[in-house]
Amino acid sequence: MLHRILWAALVAGLVAGLATAVLQHFTTTPLILEAELYENGEAPGIAQSGLAPSDSGGAAFGGARLILADASEDHGDEGGIWAPADGLERTLSTSVVTIGTAFGFALILLSVMVLADARISARSGLMWGIAGFAAAGLAPALGLSPELPGSAAAVLEDRQIWWIATAIATAAGLWLALRISKPWAIAGGIVLMILPHVVGAPHPEGFVSEVPAELSGHFAAASLVVMAVVWSLAGTVAGYVWQRGEAKQAATAAA
Amino acid sequence: MQTATQTSSFSQSRRMIAAATLAFGLGLIFLSGFANSAAVHNAAHDTRHAMAFPCH
Repeated sequence: MLHRILWAALVAGLVAGLATAVLQHFTTTPLILEAELYENGEAPGIAQSGLAPSDSGGAAFGGARLILADASEDHGDEGGIWAPADGLERTLSTSVVTIGTAFGFALILLSVMVLADARISARSGLMWGIAGFAAAGLAPALGLSPELPGSAAAVLEDRQIWWIATAIATAAGLWLALRISKPWAIAGGIVLMILPHVVGAPHPEGFVSEVPAELSGHFAAASLVVMAVVWSLAGTVAGYVWQRGEAKQAATAAA
Repeated sequence: MQTATQTSSFSQSRRMIAAATLAFGLGLIFLSGFANSAAVHNAAHDTRHAMAFPCH
């Protein structure tokens, strides 16, 4: 059992992770690199704008201090902390982390499907993967839209707590509405899914990014597509590998 | 009766294993998406942004 879950999730992590890493390389990563040029003041035209990026690390808006995402950061060696060098090393590092993330998503999906006693196939895996995307991609994006380096953002821990709580509440809401599916469960599920947005995500009190709005808009859309792809592929491939294993087991038992 | 006991202990061990792999999966996501180590953050930076995990 342990072996089957790990194997199916590992294959799904590799396939979905590699495909997503390629997609990232051509969609989100170029936008991140371009945003970093603005963040570091290297983008064309920024010198004439009169806004020196060096003094935008924290700005006062009505007495509230804004924390500029990425402000203190520079990619490369800083203070002796390892960072991948731009180019191949950074691409490899990103790809490895994406494969690990896809492996994690596949493990979560398969484990929950086993716990739910659900029928596991490529098709049902896709359905669960889409639910995972709704819980960990769509729902948090409504409060905290996918953002580029250099965007204004509230305190990191607050955003992480809201993100995790929203993903859990949405997943639990979907479970109640789609798995239990009794009238009270559907009503409770809908309430659970709405609740995080009524509470509201932590937001900065102003906008300070020097990254063009078009770039941020493209990035938010691309990021949602990347998340949809990684979740649905992880679920589909994990379900497919699991189903094949079942067929093999049945054949062995019959022989 | 015995079959019923076996089935229930099988499904219980199945649940235990699935709970363990679920915890492992959540741990992996915590590491890639949320861990507060600077080196992990730098390695995972572009993926954290692409997957819209809160970053920085």
